[in-house]
Amino acid sequence: MYTQALNSSDGEDRHIEDAELAARFQARIDAEERIEPNDWMPAAYRKTLTRQISQHAHSEVVGMLPEGNWITRAPTLRRKVALLAKVQDECGHGLYLYAAAETLGSSREELVDAMLAGKAKYSSIFNYPTLTWADIGTIGWLVDGAAIMNQIPLCRCSYGPYARAMIRVCKEESFHQRQGYEIMLTLCRGSAEQKAMAQESLDRWWWPVLMMFGPPDQASQHSDTSTKWKIKRFSNDELRQKFVDATVPQAQFLGLTIPDPGMTQDADGHWRYSEIDWTEFKQVLAGNGPCNRDRMAARRKAHEEGAWVREAAAAYAGKRKARQLAQAAE
Amino acid sequence: MAAPSITVSETPLVLYTLRRADDALILGHRLSEWCGHAPMLEEDMALANMALDLLGQARELYSHAAKVEGRDNDEDKLAYLRDVRQYRNLLLVEQPNGDFARTMVRQFFYAAFADLYWRAMMKSKDATLAAIAAKSEKESAYHLRHSCEWLVRLGDGTEESHGRAQEAIEHLWAYTGEMFEVDDTERGLIDAGIAVDPAGLKAQWLKIVGGVIAEATLELPSNDWMQQGGRIGRHSEHLGHLLSELQSLQRSFPGATW
Repeated sequence: MYTQALNSSDGEDRHIEDAELAARFQARIDAEERIEPNDWMPAAYRKTLTRQISQHAHSEVVGMLPEGNWITRAPTLRRKVALLAKVQDECGHGLYLYAAAETLGSSREELVDAMLAGKAKYSSIFNYPTLTWADIGTIGWLVDGAAIMNQIPLCRCSYGPYARAMIRVCKEESFHQRQGYEIMLTLCRGSAEQKAMAQESLDRWWWPVLMMFGPPDQASQHSDTSTKWKIKRFSNDELRQKFVDATVPQAQFLGLTIPDPGMTQDADGHWRYSEIDWTEFKQVLAGNGPCNRDRMAARRKAHEEGAWVREAAAAYAGKRKARQLAQAAE
Repeated sequence: MAAPSITVSETPLVLYTLRRADDALILGHRLSEWCGHAPMLEEDMALANMALDLLGQARELYSHAAKVEGRDNDEDKLAYLRDVRQYRNLLLVEQPNGDFARTMVRQFFYAAFADLYWRAMMKSKDATLAAIAAKSEKESAYHLRHSCEWLVRLGDGTEESHGRAQEAIEHLWAYTGEMFEVDDTERGLIDAGIAVDPAGLKAQWLKIVGGVIAEATLELPSNDWMQQGGRIGRHSEHLGHLLSELQSLQRSFPGATW
């Protein structure tokens, strides 16, 4: 997940390759065949997927920070273990996805360097702060919930390694979502103070979560090609509506109020939400969210402070190899 | 209104179990502080794994201590509602993470001990402690292997990593002696076959540690002064800060269910 919002046009790089190969490629896609790393693919397909998968990987890794913010303050040992295991899962997703991106020919180092240099994006949702324990519940329930909406269709993505990675990622995300909802349920059944904490958290996260699905369909660049290539199977607005319809009854069960007084249910049962403030979305995307600077600084710091460790590991591996070669030569 | 600290009837077995539970919780907490900030993703996973193992051990040990105590304390009350003077962990495990070399040397010193300790404790006459030991031994064997491998890489890696690893050894060495100390409380449990005598593990620990340090082209410190106090609640200044963070919600919302 965490990528649809970030699509940008790659039209300038699109060029006509061998027409016959391209036609055969599209026929395979249309027949719902999976494209594998060694198969021929158009350069633009490769580029689109590399960008999408690596953005997804960056999002998993940056996404460790807002939740990691509460590991040391989790209110019970059970919650502490569950949260740490959850954030560890996100790290695993990051690794898994970098590996999927590498099958397209870019190394993890290149991809990470692009992110640290500010040239590659990650999901804007992680540029919002976790201020209370309830935010850990809200992230699991809504952010992971939105992620699942986005990612379930990706399990059928035309690119094999990405599709297979998504199957495992979705299983774990669905567990995270239930865990988040259970945190909310506990808070809502707790003291008045705890319930207020849950409501306040929902108030802050609701609109940014809706923005996770990306710009409205009319404004979304690039969707046509992704749809043609079966990377994307539903439009931003379709997925957003699906998410809202699934979430409203969950909020009602918790006894929480969705912070959208204009929301109504239409004759078909769909919950129609008010207009989203896309100015905020654009601001956060442009780097002006509450935590953009902190998130980048934290990732850069970990990378820079870890450099000597990575160098040591490489130096030691080099020495060991040299010793083995010398031994073999004796 | 902040939640007050609980009182604990520290009978020998309760105290003994609490000491081991506190070691596991505090070291697990320290390792969890790395989450999202490790030198590479693989190590983020590994540090979280070790933290999870230790937190799991802590939970079992606290539950056992609470059961033995037989009042209405439980794992969370024991972890979240005792203050710094009531904590019984080793000074070693509360030392701040520092750089990656400090964290790994701390892990190495502790795991080399814990692995021997839990293996011996599998013969404890306390069936619960013996069961916890059987599980913990497998975990600490991995922690030891992982930290050994890093120690060798850092020591025999670059000039910088060598320097940092040596500095970490010098810094943490004085906190290793406490692992082998025995007081009167523990003496009785050792005699009863419930606890093992850690003094008997020292020679083997030194052999393991010395061997790895030599392989890593590092040196053992010549200074043999050893700092003590953790087991009776006389801690370094670092623990209070750790606890104020760990306990913040439980202290701020007395009696709440989370």
